[in-house]
Amino acid sequence: MRRRVIFPNKVLPYLLLTPQLAITIIFFFWPAAQAIYYSVLLQDPFGLRTQFVWLENFRTILTDPLYLGSIRVTVIFSTAVAGLAMGVALLFAVMADMGIRGARVYRTLLMWPYAVAPAVAASLWLFIFHPSIGIIGRGLNNMGILWDYKLNGTQALLLVILASAWKQVSYNFLFFLAGLQAIPRSVIEAASMDAGPARRFWSVVFPLLSPTSFFLLVVNMVYAFFDTFGVIHALTGGGPAQATETLIYKVYTDGVMNLDLGGSSAQSVILMLFVITLTGLQFRFIERKVHY
Amino acid sequence: MAAVKRRESWIPHFVLIMGVVVFVFPIYFALIGSTYDAATIATGRMPLFPGGHALENYRHALTSGSGFRVSGGPVRTMLFNSLVMALVIAVGKIAISIISAYAVVFFAFPGRMFFFWMIFVTLMLPVEVRIIPTYKVVTDLGMINTFSGLTIPLIASATATLLFRQVFLTIPDELAEAAKIDGAGPLRFFWQILLPLSRTNIAALFVILFIYGWNQYLWPLLITTSRSMETIVIGIVKMIGTSDAQTDWNLIMATAVLAMLPPVAVVIFMQHWFVKGLIETEK
Repeated sequence: MRRRVIFPNKVLPYLLLTPQLAITIIFFFWPAAQAIYYSVLLQDPFGLRTQFVWLENFRTILTDPLYLGSIRVTVIFSTAVAGLAMGVALLFAVMADMGIRGARVYRTLLMWPYAVAPAVAASLWLFIFHPSIGIIGRGLNNMGILWDYKLNGTQALLLVILASAWKQVSYNFLFFLAGLQAIPRSVIEAASMDAGPARRFWSVVFPLLSPTSFFLLVVNMVYAFFDTFGVIHALTGGGPAQATETLIYKVYTDGVMNLDLGGSSAQSVILMLFVITLTGLQFRFIERKVHY
Repeated sequence: MAAVKRRESWIPHFVLIMGVVVFVFPIYFALIGSTYDAATIATGRMPLFPGGHALENYRHALTSGSGFRVSGGPVRTMLFNSLVMALVIAVGKIAISIISAYAVVFFAFPGRMFFFWMIFVTLMLPVEVRIIPTYKVVTDLGMINTFSGLTIPLIASATATLLFRQVFLTIPDELAEAAKIDGAGPLRFFWQILLPLSRTNIAALFVILFIYGWNQYLWPLLITTSRSMETIVIGIVKMIGTSDAQTDWNLIMATAVLAMLPPVAVVIFMQHWFVKGLIETEK
């Protein structure tokens, strides 16, 4: 990848890199190192005494029923968000790719929820699902279905899943559509000689889409893990009774609210390992330039 | 798909129209909510067509932001803060990424690959996993409640650097060779050849990064403790508070509409760049 023609300057390249590297070191590497450092320390709540405790913080966390509960919530939440957002997006993309009229209009109308901030999306959904003033929340209660996401943990989880998935469908839709449009027409035509639409989709189109699907799966998992903090913070605040407390939300409450430095740092380190694994997977298994 | 039978052709329209309805409804309902008074909304029987309080709700939200039960700063201050934050983040990320990509691609110097990997690795350190220590650094630097604290820590960008590196690698060696023969130095080559060639990539990236900056939540939540520095996304969540039925929902919904307007307008009016940016950066 090395170029033949290069400029001979010795100092200029360092100057050009300085702003990016300075920010990277001060706000990325230094804090990340601090997180690792604090994760093996135990500090009393007033910050007076600090003690080196090896992996004690990790053991405390991994045996803490609240943390294990939070893992459970995160797994359910992110699987549901990714599954729902990708499933619905794939359905829309397949429909929009059928050569129908007005496909561009549909694309425009389906793409803009991407631009709505997670926390704002939460406030819109709150306004609809509010138990006494929301049109659907009130409707459910009038029909005799007790709906109050502030008291019922399952309903709270359902609401944050819906609001988070709603926002992510646009992104997935655009990628699935691009993926579908990249499949050569000749392949589809050959397949339609001897298979109906359903069979054609599952045995020809879907396998050809698998690189896109895998890429989106990683992106959606990262989204569900990290970018939904705003939705949860605005809608439920992690409650009721930790029913919607994801791992990121717990780092925030333990570190910022409860000031448990060691515990929250250990959680940060676990999350870092998770992101490294996901990013590694993404770059290892995706031949990215081939399919778009 | 090419061989769709004619009798099926209403199905995609039906599915997509249902989809659009589900996707537009939350926004429509917010728009309607911003045209009634708080009392009508609190009854839970708000009609599904616009009421007559739109102007006064928006004026009230923009200038004072506080109602009978909601206390917030004026939304115009929040809009201004969000705008500054989104613009500085988008422009800053593009600026520092394009020069670092330039350094990595067009120069040979000791540590080149090392520095490139250093930038690349930041992909694996999203702000959410290093919240508290980063917050501490910002506090120590006295950057709480400042625009520099809101923006500078978010300006480093591995994705943008990777993208520009990709773009620069496709530029033929002959072009740089010709520029060198004509006596252009590295800075002149950058300004007069590389920048114009990267125009479309910069535009596409700008759309994505503007939305990214506008929609930031966790970071401004930590960094802004003073009301005059709040962004609109933070402001709206503080207005909702405990989400009682008896709150000023009309003002909250007017604020929600104002919060959505700029990024949604950017996506709709710069649609071409948006799709290009999305697919290219792959997040």
